[in-house]
Amino acid sequence: MSEPIAPTRRTFLTGTGSLIVAFSLRPALAQQEALDGQPPPPAPHLPGSLKRSPWLDSWIRVDADGSVTVRTGKAELGQGIRTAVLQVAAEELRLEPARVRVVTADTEETANEGYTAGSHSMQDSATAIRHAAAQVRTLLADLAAARLGTEAAVLTVADGVVRALDGRQVTWGELVAGDVLHVEAQPASSFVPTDERRVIGTSLPRLDIPAKVTGASAYVQDLRPPGMVHARVVRPPSPGARLRALDAAAVERRPSVIKVVRDGSFLAVVAEKEWAAITAMEALAAHATWTEGAALPEADRIFETLAGLPVEEHVVHDSRAAAGSPARTLEATYRRRYQLHGSIGPSCALALFADETLTVWSHAQGMFPLRAALAEMLRMRPEQVRCVHVEGSGCYGHNAADDAAADAALIARAVPGRPVRLQLMREQEHLTEPCGPAMMTRVRASLDAAGTIVDWDYAVRSNTHLTRPPGAGNLLPAQLLAEPFAPPRPKPLLQPEGGGDRNAIPLYRLPNARVLHQFVPEMPLRVSALRALGAYVNVFSIESFMDELAAAVGQDPVAFRLQHLEDARAQAVIRTAAERAGWSDRQRARNRGHGFAFARYKNLGAYLALAVEVEIARETGRIRLRRAVAAIDAGEAVNPDGIRNQVEGGIIQSTSWTLYEQVTVDRSRITSRDWSTYPILRMQAAPERIEIHILDRPGEPFLGTGEAAQGPTAAALGNAVADAVGVRLREIPLRRDVLREALT
Amino acid sequence: MLRLTVNGRDHDLDVDPDTPLLYVLRDDLALNGARYGCGLGQCGACTVAVEGRPVLSCVTPVSVLAGRSILTLEGLGTPEQPGTIQRAFVAEQAAQCGYCIPGMIVRAHALLVQNPDPSDAEIRRSLNLNLCRCGTHLRILAAVHRAARETRGAASEDDRS
Repeated sequence: MSEPIAPTRRTFLTGTGSLIVAFSLRPALAQQEALDGQPPPPAPHLPGSLKRSPWLDSWIRVDADGSVTVRTGKAELGQGIRTAVLQVAAEELRLEPARVRVVTADTEETANEGYTAGSHSMQDSATAIRHAAAQVRTLLADLAAARLGTEAAVLTVADGVVRALDGRQVTWGELVAGDVLHVEAQPASSFVPTDERRVIGTSLPRLDIPAKVTGASAYVQDLRPPGMVHARVVRPPSPGARLRALDAAAVERRPSVIKVVRDGSFLAVVAEKEWAAITAMEALAAHATWTEGAALPEADRIFETLAGLPVEEHVVHDSRAAAGSPARTLEATYRRRYQLHGSIGPSCALALFADETLTVWSHAQGMFPLRAALAEMLRMRPEQVRCVHVEGSGCYGHNAADDAAADAALIARAVPGRPVRLQLMREQEHLTEPCGPAMMTRVRASLDAAGTIVDWDYAVRSNTHLTRPPGAGNLLPAQLLAEPFAPPRPKPLLQPEGGGDRNAIPLYRLPNARVLHQFVPEMPLRVSALRALGAYVNVFSIESFMDELAAAVGQDPVAFRLQHLEDARAQAVIRTAAERAGWSDRQRARNRGHGFAFARYKNLGAYLALAVEVEIARETGRIRLRRAVAAIDAGEAVNPDGIRNQVEGGIIQSTSWTLYEQVTVDRSRITSRDWSTYPILRMQAAPERIEIHILDRPGEPFLGTGEAAQGPTAAALGNAVADAVGVRLREIPLRRDVLREALT
Repeated sequence: MLRLTVNGRDHDLDVDPDTPLLYVLRDDLALNGARYGCGLGQCGACTVAVEGRPVLSCVTPVSVLAGRSILTLEGLGTPEQPGTIQRAFVAEQAAQCGYCIPGMIVRAHALLVQNPDPSDAEIRRSLNLNLCRCGTHLRILAAVHRAARETRGAASEDDRS
């Protein structure tokens, strides 16, 4: 066995490529941050995340050598945020993008921006960085003016050099002595005028892609510090199962095994080599006896189970106004089964416990909340724990990343001085990640004789969509300990963003409308945030029902939507998508259908409309998306290709969810344990073509993009199936066996 | 001792012969390209090429590969000097999280060596085993088409010269 090696605290170079994780002993930037994961007293008058971290040097750092670093508290998840914040900063600093370095979420280096979630990164972080960068440019111009004895207004700045009319100049590096940037931001900034923009609005290639396509170090999985050991966990075979008996002696005697770590029902093994850790994990599992947890709900009766659980009712919208008389009333219910995030790379983390401090490298979505949870779990002070974000496989919400970080931390504490790489196995990711909750909605609406909606009554029944840290009780490993942390009582996320009720309030003009959120605290399966939260199901429901209403009065679905909308930006994306898709000239062909849908994500974010064309194989019931044409208004577009990439991906992922995906269970265990039992969309089923049209709004706030397509895609697919074969499918997934039966 | 030939270089390794190739590549040779996705041969993230044919390294014991020529993503280029197909993926910005991309690239490379002018259906069939979760499928297809065009273009320029 090799000697335990503690990596130096100064540098920690890994791999051969681009990824460098540097330790730093300098005082945390986040000196302003309280250490419990909570933000400092807010500055509500400031834009974006400046509200929580108002200091300019929390966001922009200029060193004496003139080098410039942008620090975002958000994390790169493959959505391109690293590139987008770089563009915003480079524009407002009037620098070449290549001159700017970007640091992402790290509890010692960046502001606390909570989770990277909810399509908030552009709104929160890029907005803060844009203002901070513009104010740094202005501040440095003022300093230069004083230095040069001239007016700031006559100075020009380019590439970090401030020049006077007479040719004298001073560099930013010469101006930044001391803490000159440690000043509070102002509410308003002097932005680069739209017609002078050189970086915002261009499709700067993503910074992270070259490493990803060549095998340079790009992910937490690729970190290999000296002395690293490999760990695997043995998870309980079913939710709530407890470890009753374990004979670990044979495994501990294996020559390559360093340690078996057991604490209550938390069980792990550490080995010098990865394959040895895996085989030891298998042997350990074979020598473990478990008491199974409580029974799971019957798969065929999951919605009856959900309907029978106690609810907390929240009326989230209630409006009354004069309207026409109801001439006909329609009612429908819609449902979605449990679904997975299903990251292609199972969760992984690296942890080092040394000198009474813990450092964790993780791909979880919130480094500050994770730090709070780990500190609570390990009974350490938050300042003893550092969490550094390093990319992992795409997560799409709260997957097992936080659990893996907790696993790595517990194991690292048991082998101090050695960096521990914990990699979950595929089955562990599938079986223990929090699911996207099963949901049910019910809607009833009346139309007057002219075909206008006069009343609307809607209810959505759902578990919570948020069981993330900062509570240690939200970490699965912490729940397994001999002194376990109990999960906190689930709470609903509140409007205006909402959780299960996200997008439950239609954007349409509805004179009389009531929207009820039936929050179900009890969770038959572990659930949490899956991309778009309840918006996926609510938009599916509302936009399916809008088509049902339109059909009832013989109206075109696009015209019917426009007739009920006042928001000009909503109308614009609908018109654009319809025009670009050739909606009014669409051809009818046997077994083919066209569907349309629209939503403004959270009623606060990006506007998206899309038209799809599907083809149905009658003999199998198989639904294939052939083509999708979408229009999106995400406010001012920073990187148009980045927006297109996110929307294309959202459409394809939502198509996979909507057509194929459901978690399966027997009475004690989850049975969707891998890709054969949880199939997802494959290359041959991918659409032929997707077109994304961006309605750019220079000067308007950034609205975010990542989750805009999930709900509309589901509804457009359902609407297209109804158009193709006259069968309305109201349960996700739109199962082929159900459709085949309906067609025979 | 076991001799493996990876990206044209020989390595003499002292490893358990049952070890799947994936872990030898990642842990003993510090190569990142082959990625752990499932360990079950279901997702393609670990794809490498052996004697030109795509192989799932997560389920292939290293002992059966002695003396055979193994190609990983790293064998196709570097960040500084990316190969044709890697350049095509950059040009099409064909990645979101990118975790599946190495497997896609190696499998597509193997296809293009066999069939320099594949149809869209042939590319889809070839890549059907490899899973992508971000929904980057159409960009991946576009990148493979671009790589095929550029490879053929380079070949016909060679013919002319």
